[in-house]
Amino acid sequence: MSAFDIASKVRNGETTAADVVDAHLARIAERDDEINAFNLVLNDAARVRAAEIDEIIAAGDDPGPLAGVPVALKDNLCTRGIPTTCSSKILADWAPPYDATVVTRLSDAGAIAIGKTNLDEFAMGSSTENSAFGTTRNPLDTTRVPGGSSGGSAAAVAAGFAPLSLGSDTGGSIRQPAALCGVVGVKPTYGAVSRLGLIAFGSSLDQIGPFAHDVSDAALALEAISGHDPSDSTSIQQGPLDLTAALDRGVDGLRIGRITDLPTGASPDVEERLEVAFDALRSAGAEIVDVVVPAFGYGLTAYYLIAPAEASSNLARFDGVRFGMRTTAPDTNSMYTATRTDGFGDEVKRRIMLGTYALSAGYYDAYYGRAQKVRRLISNDFKAAYAQVDVLLTPASPSVAFEVGAKASDPLSMYLCDTYTIPSNLTGDPGMSVPFGTGEHGLPVGVQILAPALKDDVMFQAGATLERHMQSERGVAS
Amino acid sequence: MSDDLPRTTQRINEADVRKVATLARLALTDDELATATAELGAMLEHFADIDALELDGVEPMMQPTPLSNVMRDDIVGETLDRDEVLGQAPLAEDDRFRVPPIIGIEQ
Repeated sequence: MSAFDIASKVRNGETTAADVVDAHLARIAERDDEINAFNLVLNDAARVRAAEIDEIIAAGDDPGPLAGVPVALKDNLCTRGIPTTCSSKILADWAPPYDATVVTRLSDAGAIAIGKTNLDEFAMGSSTENSAFGTTRNPLDTTRVPGGSSGGSAAAVAAGFAPLSLGSDTGGSIRQPAALCGVVGVKPTYGAVSRLGLIAFGSSLDQIGPFAHDVSDAALALEAISGHDPSDSTSIQQGPLDLTAALDRGVDGLRIGRITDLPTGASPDVEERLEVAFDALRSAGAEIVDVVVPAFGYGLTAYYLIAPAEASSNLARFDGVRFGMRTTAPDTNSMYTATRTDGFGDEVKRRIMLGTYALSAGYYDAYYGRAQKVRRLISNDFKAAYAQVDVLLTPASPSVAFEVGAKASDPLSMYLCDTYTIPSNLTGDPGMSVPFGTGEHGLPVGVQILAPALKDDVMFQAGATLERHMQSERGVAS
Repeated sequence: MSDDLPRTTQRINEADVRKVATLARLALTDDELATATAELGAMLEHFADIDALELDGVEPMMQPTPLSNVMRDDIVGETLDRDEVLGQAPLAEDDRFRVPPIIGIEQ
């Protein structure tokens, strides 16, 4: 059942939040041993909250637009008194003293937190294999990865453990796993969703966004969590995004950009589905326009210098003093080193070192400085493209879900998974992945829709149209 | 090379990586040092693609949105609960975080 249906049925008394929660907890109990989507399932807390929602209904009040909807939360979102680990040993026993703004907003909308989902440690990775708590499996083929870093959140929705989940996206960490798990995943405009309580990775890039089975549920979730938050200095001064209204607008007259100089590397099955998507939008009345984004291909380099640089600074706070684990040592300096050496996994250490190098005296201008200039070039190129088109269409991931272990020993090949998703983190523009049929091995392919900042609604317009096309394609096939 | 901005053409070596690890408060075994040097070297080689770009006069971009100072009235609001915060620290004493000695120990 969709989040939309659950909320309507809970609100009109056709079902209860308690029954909804029980059904989802049962599915988790049945299959999460195999999938490992969750670091923590909130069995008791979810039941208590469901009873509260049902009491609100019984009293004749409205719990909100997400009444009784179970939501899975990526385990880098702070939940007060509930462990929040970032899938890292260094935070294994830490329970935050406050809730992330998105957690409060979901609760205010009537949603029920059902668990904390696995991720690549500190959101660094594209496969959810770099976790201190084991690999998450793709529910559609458990020999394969769910993508990452929000792989647990994507898998939770794909496996029916929750109709909605939240992830974070620094270089594609929502859109790529959404594509690999066959669900919708959205990275909204930078600043549209408060990041208070999101444990920071790359502060100029991070955004929180939803996973859902369909575009309309994603809109519902994003409307609930977006809007200005005075506690986040990067939060945009405006109210919640208005997306639901855009879903039925269609794409008649919309200009859809095809990037003719897009970096190569997408596999043929993915390319083929992208072509079908262009055709579908053309048939729905959109105009397909060729554009160039010459600096697109430099995004990977700019990102893998800027994000680790920001991470090396953000992760300096994990030093064994205020939170998390401590490895004892005779003096404070050696305690810092012992704690961080024991507490961080290999990929996190690699990125901290890469970032520290890019920022260090003598290398700053050559690496970090140049990367920031390249970031400007990319931003300028996208602005020029958006002067000609309303949205752009690209693959979300270069390939369908790959096998567990396939890229684990070669960090650079893993980084290439983010080729198509990275630029919108650098520019701050929104992007979403919409499941659009299948490729190799019958596995899902995601098409990525990119739009200029604050045009999230136009992106959803195109997304809803692609989804309607898929419904009719499936209808014809069956 | 099309502009005069600094570039790094020399390969990263073990001494560089050791220095970086020390700055980042990470200890590496000799094996880890060798692996990290090879991996970081391969990455930096890949990242040399931006060396070909003409970047003179390009304004660096620090973050996506124009930020301005935010002013507000100085009103007392809710803050984090001290006991709850200290309760999550590895070691606390007398309402403070407790750490091992900072000075007076020979390194």
